[in-house]
Formats: sequence, structure tokens, C-alpha cells
Amino acid sequence: MEVITPQHFLILATLLFAVGFFGVLIRRNVLLLLMSLELMLNGVNIALVSFSRSSLNMDGSIFVFFIMTVAAAEVAVGLALLVALFKKRDSVFSDDMRLLEN
Amino acid sequence: MNFVDLLFIVFSVLTLGGGLLMVLSRHPVTAAMYMIVSMLGVAALFVLLDSFFLAVLQVLVYAGAVMVLFLFIIMLLDVGPQGAKSARLSWLPGLAGVAATFLLGILLLSFLPESSVQSSSWPPLDNQPHVNGQNLGFSTQVSAFGFGLFTKYMLPLQVAGFMLLAAMIGVIVLSKKKMESKA
Repeated sequence: MEVITPQHFLILATLLFAVGFFGVLIRRNVLLLLMSLELMLNGVNIALVSFSRSSLNMDGSIFVFFIMTVAAAEVAVGLALLVALFKKRDSVFSDDMRLLEN
Repeated sequence: MNFVDLLFIVFSVLTLGGGLLMVLSRHPVTAAMYMIVSMLGVAALFVLLDSFFLAVLQVLVYAGAVMVLFLFIIMLLDVGPQGAKSARLSWLPGLAGVAATFLLGILLLSFLPESSVQSSSWPPLDNQPHVNGQNLGFSTQVSAFGFGLFTKYMLPLQVAGFMLLAAMIGVIVLSKKKMESKA
């Protein structure tokens, strides 16, 4: 008798996505923003793998593979942009980046 | 409740707790450490879902490469807690976003056709063939990944490789010192 069903994994994935989204919205440190983005991607990955396992279909797992590739590239480019921005503005906070405002 | 269910609860608490502490921690290095905890929890959940290769990749790519990159940048930029500035969180948009996510999740779960979430239990994993009719069959073996990547997903694989090359060149260009236009 199994108690943990695919639905439990989906609820967990939603919760993890929500925590990551929460982080993206409340933090002003761009480093933390990027980390929260990774958390959201992980939530999606859990949902995809649980769909893949429960329907015995490999497509979801391969999609997770591609998501990991894209996430790694995204972090590398994002951090390079952050370093370039830090050299110019001397700050990692998103509310110091308001060149368009005035 | 059997042992696997207990493991699920432990690792989901680890994942969610690590994520929440990461989001709320003041110091970026502390946040990175909590993030590693969360990523390892996700890897353990992949093991519970019989995706061993993805669990290994999760540990190698996220807990290894990505977090080392984050820690490297944190130490390169020398960002600390920085007093009141990082303590000022915008709570209202955060709570609104969480509410919106849950609303979306509930809507999705209620509108999905019954058949797509029909399985209230896991189908047994007996040696699935690599090709199952039109679909790729789920398998714990790494060769199932290779088979899928080099047959059905050949073009996406090439595009992913090209994207990694583009990202690499982009990062080099971004982090290079500005050259004088005339030498």
C-alpha cells in the first residue's frame, strides 16, 4: 500500500516553485534573485520527472536534462552581466539600477 | 506508512526548508549554503522517482558547478549582509506572487483531464523497452537517455550544444577588459 502518490510530488513542486517566486519578488539582491530563479526551475524539474515516472515516458526526463543545460548557461551569463554591472554601478541591489527613471 | 514515504517527507521538508531559509537569509554566503541543502534534497527526490541519472546530474551540475560559480562571484564582489539595505524586503508583492502561484496550481489541477493525473499509484518498473510505441519508454538506465537524445531529440541536443558555445563566448566578451579601439 503506497501512500505517496504523484499528486504529492506535484504539490511539492508547486510549493517549491512558489518559494522561488516569493524569493524573486521580495529580494533586492540580484545574486539572491538568480538563486531563487534556480529554485523555481527545480520545482518545474520535480513536476516533470514525476509526470515522466508516472506515465512511464522518457520525454519528461529528457526535458529536465535540457532545462539543466539551459539553467547552467543562464547562471553563467547572468553572473557575468552582474559582474559587469557591479563594475559600473558598484552595487548588486536591483533598486540601485534605475537609469531609466530620471 | 512505509520507509519510502518517510524518506519523501524528510527530503521534501529538507528541500522546502532549505529554499525558504535561502530566500530569507541576510548573508549571500548563508543563502548559497541553504541552496546546496535544497538542491541535494531535490536530488534525493529524483532518486525516489527512480531517475538516478538525473539525481547524479543534479548533484554535479547544481550542487557542484552552479553553486561554486555563485560562491565565486559572491567572494569576487565581496558582498556581505550590508545592513538595513538587504533587510528591506518587499513583502506585499511576494505574498501576492505566492497567492497567484497557488491559484494557478489549483486551477491547473482542477482543469487537467482526469486521465493525465489518473495514476494514484506508481506503475511498476519492469524492464521497459527504449521505444514504446510512439513514445520513449521510461527506464532507470543511462542508455535510455542516450537513445532518446540521439534519436528523437537530436536537433534539440545540437541546439543545446550551440547555446552552450554561445553562452561561453558571451561570458568571455562580457568579462573581458575593454580594449582600446586604437592600439
